[in-house]
Amino acid sequence: MNEQPVIFTRGLTRYFGGKPAVEGLNLEVPRGSVFAFLGRNGSGKTTTIRLLLGLVQPTRGEGAILGYNIRHLPTEARARIGYLTEEHQLYGWMSVKECGDFQSRFYPRWNEKIFRGVVGHFHLSMTSRVKDLSRGERAGLSLGLTLAPEPELLMMDDPTQGLDPVACRSLVESMIYLTRRSDRTIFFSSHQLADVERVADYIAILDRSVLRVCCPLETFRQSVQQVKLRFPGPPPPLPEIPGLLQAFRSEGELRLTCVHYHGATEQALRALAPVEMEMVPISLEDAFISYLGERGEKSFILSETEAQP
Amino acid sequence: MSFRIVISTGSRVPIYKQITDQVRQAVVTGRLAVGDQLPSVRALAEDLVVNPNTIAHAYADLARDGLIESRAGRGVFITRKRKVFTPEEAWRRLEPLIDAAVGEAMALNFTHQELKDAFEKKLGRWKQVKGGDPNHE
Repeated sequence: MNEQPVIFTRGLTRYFGGKPAVEGLNLEVPRGSVFAFLGRNGSGKTTTIRLLLGLVQPTRGEGAILGYNIRHLPTEARARIGYLTEEHQLYGWMSVKECGDFQSRFYPRWNEKIFRGVVGHFHLSMTSRVKDLSRGERAGLSLGLTLAPEPELLMMDDPTQGLDPVACRSLVESMIYLTRRSDRTIFFSSHQLADVERVADYIAILDRSVLRVCCPLETFRQSVQQVKLRFPGPPPPLPEIPGLLQAFRSEGELRLTCVHYHGATEQALRALAPVEMEMVPISLEDAFISYLGERGEKSFILSETEAQP
Repeated sequence: MSFRIVISTGSRVPIYKQITDQVRQAVVTGRLAVGDQLPSVRALAEDLVVNPNTIAHAYADLARDGLIESRAGRGVFITRKRKVFTPEEAWRRLEPLIDAAVGEAMALNFTHQELKDAFEKKLGRWKQVKGGDPNHE
């Protein structure tokens, strides 16, 4: 068993015209993981994927994919990586079968059974013309073409974008199916947290070009927590709370979302002397939003002076 | 066997915990009996469309607590019925249920006594069906 990570970067940085697209990225993707790469639009996810595939050269920093330096990625490395993008090149006049035949010539290790299996899973007919396919069907064809060479590493840039729920589910099912081989690694970017919750065992979160999270999904969920504090009257003003992400204030209640809730956080909260203090579990989506959203205190109650016209 | 695990994404409860909760619940209520078989990790992962590691995590928790047992080459089975929840966990689960029931009943204008009677009646019926408290046979 190879313990070396499938993807490894140190200080990986890329500037475009004096602006950082990716800054000081330290990423480690374990072999056999389903790794979700998250972040808001424009946070640098696509640039990172293109850097890892050697399609863009880093401004500085290092990176390796399947043990190869990303600055000089040899052809044999590329043959072991499947790359699925939205703008997958397909010829409209070809049939599904012709696409498979055409693509297979480029790969010595082409598994026709996998191609037909994936294409069948998306209910495609081998004789359909590409130009007549729906968006979801095209995604299924692209996926079949990407998976048939049996890549060790599957890189997908927002694969469910623009797909209807049925096509999305088929894609996620294919990802689960791929995990039958424990040495296969899937690295995908997405905004669909429901899919991430289903399939990912690791996540990384990129925030304005900087990597903020890179850990097992479960670790992330456990480290972002919500605490509800009840007070007999209006809650006191908040002092500095270690690890505070967001605070919501309402009548007699403070609801705080904290990261790495630990002794110091608890002490600071107890010092506010609440009558009741309760940990509330939080969904993945809420955890994600409080992590990337605006920091600080929010209030949904207008103060008396504000409420007056 | 009518038992089927159903998960939902976007919940405050992680998927692995939804699975363990449902198995525990089914064991407590008798919907799963000793010797009943659960789907394999792989089969359940593909059925629920969930990462197999998540299922493995749930099964490991259940096995650690003595609820299930994995027999090599044969599958995963419900074992002896141990105490399914720790006393603290049991109380933590009971409280919101009672809160909800009492709150609703108050809103529906039931009196103290009516509510007590209704509760007693339910408990009586439970006794007939199960022959007593399932956790302390």
